[in-house]
Amino acid sequence: MSVLIEPTGGPTGGPAEVATTTAQRNRGLGDKVFAGLARGAGLVILVALAGVFVFLLIKGVPGLSVAQVNYGSFSSFWALVWPLLWGTILIAILALILSVPFSVAIALFITHYAPRALAVPVAYVIDLLAAVPSVVYGLWGGTTLALTLRPVIQWLTDHVSWFPLFKGPYAGTGQVGATAVLVLAVMILPIITAISREVFAQTPRLHEEAAIGLGATRWEVVRLAVLPHARSGVIAGIMLGLGRALGETLAVTMVYSSSPLVTLNVAGNSSPQTIASYIANNFAEANTDRRAVLIAAGLVLFAFTFVVNFAARWWIGHAEKRLAR
Amino acid sequence: MTSATLDRAPLSHARLPRFAPFFVLGVAIVVSVLLGLLLGWNYATMAIIADLLFLAALPAWSALLEGRRAATDRFVTALIWSMFAVVCVPLVWVIAEVIRKGAPKLTGHFLSTSMRNVPVGVGAPGGVLNSIEGTLLITLFAAIIAIPLGLLTAIYLVEYGRGSRLARIITFLVDVMTGIPSIVAGLFALALFVLIFGPAVQMGFEGSVALSLLMTPTVVRSSEEMLRLVPTDLREASYALGVPKWRTILKVVVPTSIGGIVTGIMLAISRVIGETAPLMVLLTYNPGMNGNVFSGPMGTLPTFIFNQYHTPEPPPRVPLGTLVQPPSASVGRMWAAALVLILIVMILNLVARVVGKIFAPKTGR
Repeated sequence: MSVLIEPTGGPTGGPAEVATTTAQRNRGLGDKVFAGLARGAGLVILVALAGVFVFLLIKGVPGLSVAQVNYGSFSSFWALVWPLLWGTILIAILALILSVPFSVAIALFITHYAPRALAVPVAYVIDLLAAVPSVVYGLWGGTTLALTLRPVIQWLTDHVSWFPLFKGPYAGTGQVGATAVLVLAVMILPIITAISREVFAQTPRLHEEAAIGLGATRWEVVRLAVLPHARSGVIAGIMLGLGRALGETLAVTMVYSSSPLVTLNVAGNSSPQTIASYIANNFAEANTDRRAVLIAAGLVLFAFTFVVNFAARWWIGHAEKRLAR
Repeated sequence: MTSATLDRAPLSHARLPRFAPFFVLGVAIVVSVLLGLLLGWNYATMAIIADLLFLAALPAWSALLEGRRAATDRFVTALIWSMFAVVCVPLVWVIAEVIRKGAPKLTGHFLSTSMRNVPVGVGAPGGVLNSIEGTLLITLFAAIIAIPLGLLTAIYLVEYGRGSRLARIITFLVDVMTGIPSIVAGLFALALFVLIFGPAVQMGFEGSVALSLLMTPTVVRSSEEMLRLVPTDLREASYALGVPKWRTILKVVVPTSIGGIVTGIMLAISRVIGETAPLMVLLTYNPGMNGNVFSGPMGTLPTFIFNQYHTPEPPPRVPLGTLVQPPSASVGRMWAAALVLILIVMILNLVARVVGKIFAPKTGR
């Protein structure tokens, strides 16, 4: 990389050293102001992020110790939040399990399998999938998809009820946790695909060509050269998808209504509820104390997704450093 | 002996004909449709069985003729193609459903009236003008906050803070910020405004603040990438002419990358324009027009869709003896509003791509 010599603003040691003129001083001033503005904007972002924590703390902490009636049927805040956190994690993990194989397959399809004329439009269409607003996914999931999945869910609760997820009993509706899992899986697919696609495309050309030269089939090239190289990047993409799934509100709220429960059963009439949908369902009718409880629940969600995203980004940075070596 | 075997050893092994995958797929579809007609399956089952047949038959044929490794390769290729087909289903389904149910209700009347004084329970079509106004205004003010903030931060990261500790921290936290759940952004704006204005505060600007929190990281990341693409030569040439650094940035660096920056900003807007959760916790739906983001509740498209879905109005009463009960007017409204929202997002996306193409930096000169 070339070394860039930047003007310093003050008198530069030119061939003919001149005294600082007003124009030059103004020039220095302009630079200082602009640099200050740019740095200030960066600091504002840091302050905003800290502000999210601070304001949620100020408004949420009172929610930890309000009258018991505000926790519904639960005795304390933590007794209320634990089932919600359970539901949030369960629904998100299930969506992830469903979404990851497809995301990786689509990323491989775009980088290694599709003919070039198809790969570009497919990549564009997958990006469009990410641009569809979540309320539209929720609408589709709550009506059309739930209606279509009814026989599937009935079959699952009738024949696979030994499996804890489908314990049932069938509630006569497709508006259950399993349907929300499917909607979430579709929503996080573009995120995981986008990251995986990037790391697959970064596989060193020489590794792939060496594998081809040894007579490897395309799948062997992928298995021996591409996947080992991309593993940590894909894991990071998965964790970003998890972060999105944990915080998604509408797609869950519109598909099924429920109450805080610790259960694995996502096909019966009472699937576990998530933090985000609990907040969305109860916020409109809440009084000040109840709002404090909901804001505190939001703080728990924020802290949890923050940790997940933090870990994911740290992992990506780590992987990049290792690859750069 | 060895040399004799070698002489006769073929240099290439048997391969399936080029049309083999298409042939097997065709046979699988025909078999599955015939079976389906006999046993009364629906189309989804037929498609699944056809795909499973294809996934089994092609590798089997390949294993007989080409060997195990080639068969594995064929299987994975077929699997990836079918997974691609599966992923196409929800996208096409969502879009088709929204168009099918929304298009008939999307009339000039629907677009040009508000929900004020719309009679309940008589199947009145209603309108989304107030919602469109609210959505556009709230997003506009979110953009007014997020674009300068994001762009200046990107300039700091690329031009001033390169390699510094602060820049690394900002980059990292901006990345983490992209994952803030949207409902948390809404709660943050609520806590902030309640602290300043008291608990009864209702203004569209609250929504703008929440959306700008979600939008800023996207703007920073895309602008940063674009600014990094500007060749160092351009900056050096400008410095050599004695142009101060800040004017170099404003007159050379930013104009060179403006196409990419605008594209990134449009995409960021299209991401937040459909955000619902923060607006749900912040604003009560206002059925009338409100052009002032600094006072009073506002209606927005996403909250309109959610409200019509969550609390639909009763279906119209029909005279005794009518056989078909018409659905609640809310059903048509929510799908038509969803169509309007999708159209806005798609238009923004399209404009973003076109702008990106037009202003793309000319290279190779």
